[in-house]
Amino acid sequence: MLQSGQERQFREALISSSDDEARSIIWKAKEDLKLTRLEIIERYVVPALDSIGADWHEGELALSQVYVSGRICETIINELLPEKRVDPGSRPGIGLVVLNDHHALGKRIVSSVLKAGGYSLIDYGIMSAGQLFQRIREDNPALVMVSVLMLSSALEVKNAISNLADCNCSTKIAVGGAPFRLDRQLWLEVGADAVGFSAADSLKIAEQYLGGVE
Amino acid sequence: MPAVKMSSLERVLATLGHNEPDRVPLFLLLTTHGAKELKLSIKDYFAKGETVAEGQLLLQEKYGHDCLYSFFYAPVEVEAWGGEVLYFDQGPPNAGAPFITGTSMLNSLTAPDIEHTPCLAKVLEATRLMKKSIGDKSPIIGVVMSPFSLPVMQLGFEAYLEMILHNRAQFDQLMEVNISFSVAWANAQLSAGATAICYFDPLSSPTIIPRELYLQTGFPVAVEALSRINGPTATHLASGRALPIVDDLAQTGTAVVGVSAEEDLAVLKEACRNKLSLLGNLNGIEMIRWNENDAFTAVRKAIRQAAPGGGFILSDNHGEMPYQVPDQVLQAICTAVRQYGQYPIQDGDF
Ligand code: B12
Repeated sequence: MLQSGQERQFREALISSSDDEARSIIWKAKEDLKLTRLEIIERYVVPALDSIGADWHEGELALSQVYVSGRICETIINELLPEKRVDPGSRPGIGLVVLNDHHALGKRIVSSVLKAGGYSLIDYGIMSAGQLFQRIREDNPALVMVSVLMLSSALEVKNAISNLADCNCSTKIAVGGAPFRLDRQLWLEVGADAVGFSAADSLKIAEQYLGGVE
Repeated sequence: MPAVKMSSLERVLATLGHNEPDRVPLFLLLTTHGAKELKLSIKDYFAKGETVAEGQLLLQEKYGHDCLYSFFYAPVEVEAWGGEVLYFDQGPPNAGAPFITGTSMLNSLTAPDIEHTPCLAKVLEATRLMKKSIGDKSPIIGVVMSPFSLPVMQLGFEAYLEMILHNRAQFDQLMEVNISFSVAWANAQLSAGATAICYFDPLSSPTIIPRELYLQTGFPVAVEALSRINGPTATHLASGRALPIVDDLAQTGTAVVGVSAEEDLAVLKEACRNKLSLLGNLNGIEMIRWNENDAFTAVRKAIRQAAPGGGFILSDNHGEMPYQVPDQVLQAICTAVRQYGQYPIQDGDF
């Protein structure tokens, strides 16, 4: 939930693509309120991206605004001194992949949002179900976020997941992208552990499977 | 009340004139299903104009719907510029990596010569063959990507968004080339026998850009492009939302808008009544797991919401039904239209 005042102004700055204003709100919060990077993420970035994502999903905002907001937040958070979110031990945290499709915008936005939320990622680029399965076996990440645009790619997720189940792999698979938004049951059909209807949902999923702030 | 059964073309023309035809027209916008019909791989099916024409004619014979669809796949328009097309066994071809890799390439960008570009010539050949066989009985729907939406495949989505947001001069330069290409491509299809052109413009949808940005970009591009296309046009937002811009769309000169399952068809109908006809809005993605009952329920609901008064063509919400949609579902949609779509629409059944 967005609190009043500055938090709300931050959201407005993001949706109107005002990088400078968004940055000055954050730096003011840092100086005046002595907030840490993680506090800034929790108080400003996550709620703003979350509400922007939800409004896009409801048809109130446009994808270009979601994209720009993610990118601005990613840049600002990068400028602040890094502190890490909870590390899931020696295991790599989140892998991010586009399955089959040559459409990387969904992954790009999810990546911005997760980085703005303080997570570090392994970017697997574009892979087939077979390649993804191999990589997961090698890296054993806690969570893999899969983005697709084509329905045939969404249906391929099922193969990757059944292969993982066959080898008792504990990596959780979260899915997202247009086909999963347009058919809200599709994620269950392909056997995913979680679904996101907007990029900001990736933060909730990461929180659920990796835990939150230290 | 229309006494005699109309041909598909008469039915469609009546509804586009915002009159009630004999029954609700149905566009099953099938592409890759033609490959199934001819037992060919998707790649082989699209390799020749003849196979696509044959596939379309067979599909119409089988389902008895009200159009032929000369659309191959969107990336035919990047193939034409030298870009790569990727084929899949179970879905439509996709564009490969963007072929405009640096903005300096914009200066030397020239649109392909349509008649001498083999992939486009195939589409024209398919259109001619369909026209020869169907004459004036059924409309043939041709497709162009809008000059405004095409750059996602030319440049990549992210680079294009950056250009729209931050480099209007380059954007204008690209639009100039794309508009002449789209217009020439649409007009070539009309000359080959297409009855109307479906102008695919999802980038203009409020799902992708805010209305204010649309009014500065996709809107003027559509006004110019559509005014130069020598035939009727339908604008399809490919399942992006339409409601906030329906009045603007009406001003671009388009006759029809393809609408999303994410929006309420009854509300859209009110907003578009006597201004724009609606094309839609069955959910093509959900359709792959529908049973016959689901198809009947969805068709009945759409007809009740949008058919009274005409100005409505029943179709899917994207402008293409996925390869995975089974025959039984398509058959059920056709039966349901015949059952519930006779004019005057009987409200009592609902
Ligand atoms: C704009 C658009 C086009 C444009 C540009 C497409 C492109 N990106 O290349 C054009 C006109 C070129 C086009 C063409 C085609 N399209 Co199109 N298009 C769309 C539309 C309207 C938006 C797609 C888009 O790029 N959105 C931007 C991305 C970033 O959005 P997104 O995937 O939803 O991602 C958001 C969230 O879902 C989330 N997210 C994404 N991934 C993940 C992952 C995780 C883990 C999480 C948590 C969240 C998350 O974050 C993002 C931001 O919030 C959709 C319909 C729709 N309503 O969405 C159809 C759609 C994608 N198209 C579709 C198809 C089929 C095609 C074509 C193959 C048609 C054809 N036969 O040629 C071509 C292929 C084009 C190509 N590039 O090769 C289908 C795909 C499904 C299917 N039926 O297989 C769709 C879904 C339409 C439909 N309803 O069926 N299209």
